[in-house]
Amino acid sequence: MTSDIDAVVAMRGISKRFGTVLANDRVDFTLRPGEIHALLGENGAGKTTLMRILYGLYQADEGQIYINGLPVTIHSPKDAIRQGIGMVSQHFALVSPHTVTENLILGMTSGMRLNLDQAHEAVRAAAAQFGIQVDPKAVVRDLSVGQRQRVEILKALYRKARVLVMDEPTAVLVPQEVEQLFSSLRSFKEKGFSVVFISHKLNEVMAITDHVTVLRAGRVAGEVSTRDTNPNELARLMVGRPTFEMTRKFDNEQKTVPALVLEDVSTLDKKGLPALKAVSLVVRAGEIVGLAGVSGNGQTELAEVLAGIRPVTRGRVLVCDEDVTHADPQAMMAAGVGRIPEDSRANVIGQMTVAQNMVLEKLDQFSRKGTLDRQGISRYAETLIKDYQIKASPNDEMRTLSGGNLQKVVLARVLAQKPKVLVVAQPTRGLDVGATEYVRSTLLEQRAEGAAILLISEDLDEILQLSDTIAVLYEGRIMDVRAAPGATPHELGLLMAGVQKG
Amino acid sequence: MRLQVERNPAPVWFKALIPLASILLTFLLTSVFVLAYDANPLQAAYYFLIDPLSNPVRLIEVLVKTTPLLLTGIAVAFAFAGGYWNIGAEGQLYMGATAATAIGLQMHNTPAWLALPLVIVGGILAGMAWATLPALMKVRLKIDEVVTTLLLNYVAIFFVSAILNGPWRDPVSQWPQSPEIAASAIFPRLIPRSRLHLGFILALLVILGVWYVLSRTKFGLKLKAVGFNVEAARFSGINVERTMLMVALTSGGIAGLAGASEIAGIHFHLIDAISPGYGYTGIIIATLGALNPIGVSLAAVFIGLIDTGSQTVSRALGVPAYLGDVLQATLLLVTLGMLLLQSYRITLRWRGGVPAE
Repeated sequence: MTSDIDAVVAMRGISKRFGTVLANDRVDFTLRPGEIHALLGENGAGKTTLMRILYGLYQADEGQIYINGLPVTIHSPKDAIRQGIGMVSQHFALVSPHTVTENLILGMTSGMRLNLDQAHEAVRAAAAQFGIQVDPKAVVRDLSVGQRQRVEILKALYRKARVLVMDEPTAVLVPQEVEQLFSSLRSFKEKGFSVVFISHKLNEVMAITDHVTVLRAGRVAGEVSTRDTNPNELARLMVGRPTFEMTRKFDNEQKTVPALVLEDVSTLDKKGLPALKAVSLVVRAGEIVGLAGVSGNGQTELAEVLAGIRPVTRGRVLVCDEDVTHADPQAMMAAGVGRIPEDSRANVIGQMTVAQNMVLEKLDQFSRKGTLDRQGISRYAETLIKDYQIKASPNDEMRTLSGGNLQKVVLARVLAQKPKVLVVAQPTRGLDVGATEYVRSTLLEQRAEGAAILLISEDLDEILQLSDTIAVLYEGRIMDVRAAPGATPHELGLLMAGVQKG
Repeated sequence: MRLQVERNPAPVWFKALIPLASILLTFLLTSVFVLAYDANPLQAAYYFLIDPLSNPVRLIEVLVKTTPLLLTGIAVAFAFAGGYWNIGAEGQLYMGATAATAIGLQMHNTPAWLALPLVIVGGILAGMAWATLPALMKVRLKIDEVVTTLLLNYVAIFFVSAILNGPWRDPVSQWPQSPEIAASAIFPRLIPRSRLHLGFILALLVILGVWYVLSRTKFGLKLKAVGFNVEAARFSGINVERTMLMVALTSGGIAGLAGASEIAGIHFHLIDAISPGYGYTGIIIATLGALNPIGVSLAAVFIGLIDTGSQTVSRALGVPAYLGDVLQATLLLVTLGMLLLQSYRITLRWRGGVPAE
C-alpha cells in the first residue's frame, strides 16, 4: 500500500492505546483527492479515534501520517488546519450567541481592529463559492441543527481545508437535510476536495461514498470500492459475521385493548415553555406505536411525563384504565409502566455497581427493616446477567460497561418487572449493530407477549422496522397517526419537518 | 518542546500511592516555610509526625484533638456523600455547644444517667435545628446550600458571642464565658488523669453508624444515588428532596454532637473560641478521607496529629504554630491535585515527536 503514500492523506501503521484498550491497531488509511471515503465500523471500532489522531486531538503511539506524500507530525488541531484538514464533529463547536461570521473568523483575525463588514463579505463569498446556504449575519442560536452543521462545514472550508472529516454527520438530520448535505458533499468532490465520512449506516455509505475502509475492533477489516460491494458484504466486514435481516411480519390481527391512553396531555419543558400541546395517543396491548420526530419537539418531555418525573399541566394519562396523570415514578412502575430512558448512561448511577443499579427501583423488595439484603441482590443480579447475556459481573461499576451492555442492564431491570406498558426512548442510539439487533428483537418479543410499546425514536428506519402504527410529533403536537405498512420515509420526513400533507 | 496532556486513567498501584505521595510533596512544599525560619525541615517533620506518638500521654492528647475532628469530618462526609454541600458544620457545632451548655447548667440536681443523655440529645437536636433552615431552602426553593450554610456559621458564632457578652457573662470573673455546667453533665473520663472523654467513644459509634448506613442500608444506597446523580435517582423513583433533607439534618445533628462533646468533655462552659474551625477542618477531613468512614477516621487522626505537633514544633524550633494550618491547607490542595491528575498522562515532547520523558 506504500505506493499510495502520495495520496492527500495516508496514515500508515497507526496504533493507539488507551490504558489496556488498543483503540487502533496498525491501521492503514488512504484518502485520495476528490473522493468521499467512508470510515465504517461499529461503535468502539476505532473510527473516531483514528480521525482524532489525524486532527491532532490525540497523538498516535506508533505510525506515520503523510499529507500529499510528505511525512508530517500533527500535534494539535492547529497543525491539522495548517495541513488543510477540517473536522466537523457530532457536537458542534460553535459559540451560540454569536453570528455565523463571528464564529467563522474566531481565532482567524489579525491585528487589533475588526472589520465586520469586510468579514461578512468574505463569509458570503465563501458560502456562495461552495453553494452553502447560510446567512452570515444570523445568530447561531437561532439556527436549526442542519444549518449549524453547514456553518461548521463552512468554518472548515473558510480555514482552507482540502480534507473534510465528517463524524456521523447524518445522526442529527432529518431526511431532507440529509439530501442537502449529500449534494453539498458531492459538489466538494467535484471541486477536488476529499471527504472522510464516518458512519455506521450502511445505506448512506452505499449512497454517497466512493471507497469504504471498514474498521473492526481497532483493525482494518477491509478496504473496498463502493461500486464493487454491497450492504451485506459491508455488514459482514463490520461485525465479522453475516447479519441476519430482521424478519418482521405484520400480523393482521386487530389489537383492541388500549393499555396506554393519553388524552389532551400538555406539559411544560425545563424552561417553563409549552412542550406538549394537547397530545392524544392510544397504544394497545400487543402493539408498537412508533413516535417519530426530530429531537426537541417534545419527545423528551413526553417520555418524562410517562416516567413520572414531569408534571402534566392539562389532560389525562391512563394505564390499563388506571389514572396515572399525577403519578410519581414508583406509582408509574406499580401501574405497570416500564421505562427505558432516552439517555441510559445518564439515567443510571455510573459510580454504583451493576447489581445496585438493577435493584435501585425496587429497594423495598431487597431490604428488611431498612437493611439491604446483599445476598439477595447479588443472586438477583446474577440471574438477570445470565438471562440477558450481559457481559459484566454484579460488582462491576456501571460506568465501566459498554453502551450495549449498559442498555441490556436497563432492559433487564425493566423487563424483569413484566411491564404491561413499555415506554422506550431512543433505545438504540449509540449502540453497535449487534446490540441494536438485540434490543430490537427484545422489543418485538415483548410485543408478542402482549406488552403495549411506545417507541420514541429519531431513527426512522427503526420506527419503520418495528412499529405497527406511527405517530409524528412536531412542536409538541401529533402531526399525524398512520399505519406503518405503506408509510414511506419521504412522507414521514415531511411530517417531521412540520409539513402537513395538502 | 511541548507539554502534552491526555486522559488516561492511572493504574491501581498508583492510586494506592496517592496518600503517601501527597504527604511527601506537602513536606517538600512546606519545607520552604520551615527553612525561612532557619529550622530543619526533617526535625519539623519529626515533631509533627513522630514525637506526638512517642509517649502514651501525648498519644492520648492526639486522640483528644481528634475527637471533634472525627465528628465534624464524618458529618461533612455524610452530607457530601448525599450530594448536600454542608459547609455549615461550624455553625451547627456552635449551636450544639450552646444547647449542651444551656441544658448542662440546669442539671445540678439531676443524676448523671439522665443528665448525660439530655446534654447529648440536646446538642444533636440543636445542630439539626440549625441545619433545617438552609436544608428547607435548598429542597423547597432551590437556594444554593453552600452559601446559606456558610453564612449561617457567622450568625451562629456571633449569636454565641452575644449571649456570652450578655446574659451568660460569667458573674464572678466578668469574662465572656458562661458559668460552668453541672458536674453530672460532664462526660466521664475514659482514662484517669487524661482529657480523653466519652465524646471519643461517641465519635467512634457515630463513624460506625455512618459506615453501616452508607454500606448496608436502603437509605444509604438512596442517598448515595442522590449524591452521585440526582436525575438518575429521581428517575428511579427516589424522593430526592426528602432524602436530601434527611441527609442535611443528620449531618447537622452530628456536627451539633461535636459541639456538645467539646462542652461536656473539655471546656465545661461555653466560650467564644469553642471551635478553632473544626467545622471547616471537617471539610478537609471529609475530602482527604474520600467521603469514606474509614478514610475520614484516618484523615482525622492525621490532622489531629498535625494539630498537636504544631504546638511542639513551635516550642522546639521557634516556627509559628500556624505552620500546622499551612500544612493542612497544602495537604488538601496537593491531594486534590493528585486525585485530579491521576486521570491524565502528561508527557514532555520535543518537536518532531520524540518523547523526552
